[in-house]
Amino acid sequence: MLGGYTYGELGSILAMQGFAGFSLFSVLLLMALGLAIIFGQMGVINMAHGEFMAAGAYTTYLISTITEQYFPAFMPYYFIFAIVIAFFVAGALGYLAEYALIRHLYKRPLDTLLATWGLSLIMQQSYRSIFGAREVSPTLPDWLMGSYQPTESIHIPINGMFVLALTAFVTFAVFYLMYKSRWGLRVRATTQNRIMSGAVGINTKKVDRYTFALGCGIAGIAGAAFTTIASTGPTTGTLYIVDTFMVVVFGGAASLLGTIASAFSIAQAQSILEFFISGSMAKVYTLFALVLILMFKPEGLFASKVRR
Amino acid sequence: MSFIYNKLMGGKQGFVGFILLALLVLVIFPLCLDLFRLNLVGKYLTYAFPAVSLVLLWGYGGILSLGQGIFFGLGGYGMAMFLKLEASSAANTAIQSTPGIPDFMDWNQITQLPWFWEPFNSFAFTIVAILVLPAAFAYVIGAAMFKRRVGGVYFAIITQVIAVILTVLIVGQQGFTGGINGITDLRTLNGWDMTSDSAKYLFYFINCALLLTVIVISRFILTSKFGSLLLAIRDKEDRVRFSGYDVSNFKIFIFCFAALISAIGGAMFTLQVGFMSPSFVGIVPSIEMVIFAAVGGRMSLIGAVYGTLLINFGKTAFSESFPELWLFLMGGLFISVVMFFPNGLAGLWQDYGHHITDRFKFITRLFKRKESLPLDDSTKSETAS
Repeated sequence: MLGGYTYGELGSILAMQGFAGFSLFSVLLLMALGLAIIFGQMGVINMAHGEFMAAGAYTTYLISTITEQYFPAFMPYYFIFAIVIAFFVAGALGYLAEYALIRHLYKRPLDTLLATWGLSLIMQQSYRSIFGAREVSPTLPDWLMGSYQPTESIHIPINGMFVLALTAFVTFAVFYLMYKSRWGLRVRATTQNRIMSGAVGINTKKVDRYTFALGCGIAGIAGAAFTTIASTGPTTGTLYIVDTFMVVVFGGAASLLGTIASAFSIAQAQSILEFFISGSMAKVYTLFALVLILMFKPEGLFASKVRR
Repeated sequence: MSFIYNKLMGGKQGFVGFILLALLVLVIFPLCLDLFRLNLVGKYLTYAFPAVSLVLLWGYGGILSLGQGIFFGLGGYGMAMFLKLEASSAANTAIQSTPGIPDFMDWNQITQLPWFWEPFNSFAFTIVAILVLPAAFAYVIGAAMFKRRVGGVYFAIITQVIAVILTVLIVGQQGFTGGINGITDLRTLNGWDMTSDSAKYLFYFINCALLLTVIVISRFILTSKFGSLLLAIRDKEDRVRFSGYDVSNFKIFIFCFAALISAIGGAMFTLQVGFMSPSFVGIVPSIEMVIFAAVGGRMSLIGAVYGTLLINFGKTAFSESFPELWLFLMGGLFISVVMFFPNGLAGLWQDYGHHITDRFKFITRLFKRKESLPLDDSTKSETAS
């Protein structure tokens, strides 16, 4: 029956794989939120986004190592601070990148693709030179270890739940920032009509720069979250970047709701399929299905504009 | 004659550039380099095919495809499948548990040749497949995208995702494709030893001839009315559409043609290098092809060839001695080309090249003087001074 599984077992598998999907969903969503904000605002596709995530992950690793070495008593709490610092480090790097590179290329969106790819190569090689080619992972505080067992056959890891909660928090924060705050109003105004916003006194260049920094900062949080579920290497960012692009494209640009929905469906499809067929084929089927859907519905899940 | 001069060569500048390139690859390289190096240059020149295709597609059409590796790979794998089947004759593979199928299939417990390998027993079919399959695949992608007016960044991302899908598929389906190692141990072509010196020379010259032909055909496309339309679509797509042209069909055509060119490059790659692997299909090689075109000059067919050669020479030289430095250099190159030299080497030549050519003016002056002899004295004294 059903490949040798009973219904009870199948239910547990579904629950656990579903939860594994939530972890992937969290990382994808955090990455995609940043990318979607930047893309929705400036039409820039940031190929180095994965490397900003890696910046967050490496920051977490660094802080963990320093804490372990010098302030062992602080170990249980460092992770919270690491997340915040990861946000600011990645955000500052993003601010720099925007200032030095991206702002010169707003009129040539295809060229930003290439320039940010170059940036990602440089960042990757810097990680390799500084941290070595081997994958590293921070020592996690004890309260993140272990798992929660609602029934005998279901194990739900605590770090996964933590990451999910973190994602929910960041998502709400972004929603609040974009739709309730004064700053979000300026961002949305600039997105809708750049020239008019400039005319009413919004400093659109400043808005651009901070939006870019915010997007990269969120990628930094994604990196901090990522360290709890996998180890970080110099090429970690590139592994996720294509999936993240797909999340943004599939969700529909400039639609945060669409981004959430598409991150959820992509992550769940991939991780549930992964249990039944090999991981690589799960990825092939998921991406192939996405490309097919996008061929028939190019505007993505939640968007009404024609793509260009 | 003027048709050949103007349409196929692109006027004086294009003609001189073309002749110089032909001299370089057909005469200077074979005379100056030993066979090993020449084979290496031949490999680089196969990358020039997708680079030239990107000049058409991206420089003139404004369509950035981050998936030219797909078509390069399809062409390469098509050729590799034929060669592998020839290498895996029942006599050669007698030690396998199932003789007559490629070795990697045997390792993966596959006992029968898969159906899609079957037709690659025929050389004629293989050649047709290399020319038709990638173009047909490009047609499907292009029709689906361009008919729905998907373009720009979205097109770039979707082609990139398709490249990822293909790579993951090739790596994952080891039994059918040879997996991450690719298809290796290719030795003979129709019973003729591919690794012999004469074969290497022959492949090199065939490769150069094909590349030069591709450049001439591309030039013809660009100097025709189609070329002007392509530029118009790049700069003001809506206006072309409102003038009554079906924009998507033009885009589909150029995308298919670019795929065809890249596939030829892939097939020549397999013939010269002797294997094909997924590392020439995915994101990284595809983007590298774009940078070849960008460094050479996205608006210059001939520049793309020089860009390809230059970067690959640099890569070989640097990655042997300073592998770390190379990635920094490559990243810096991406950024600086995009930011400071959007027209690449060809643009630099156009801006500053006359400083160099001025020094060699005396050569052209010699010819000009003879021509201007029958003219009146004033011009004569001018050229003499």
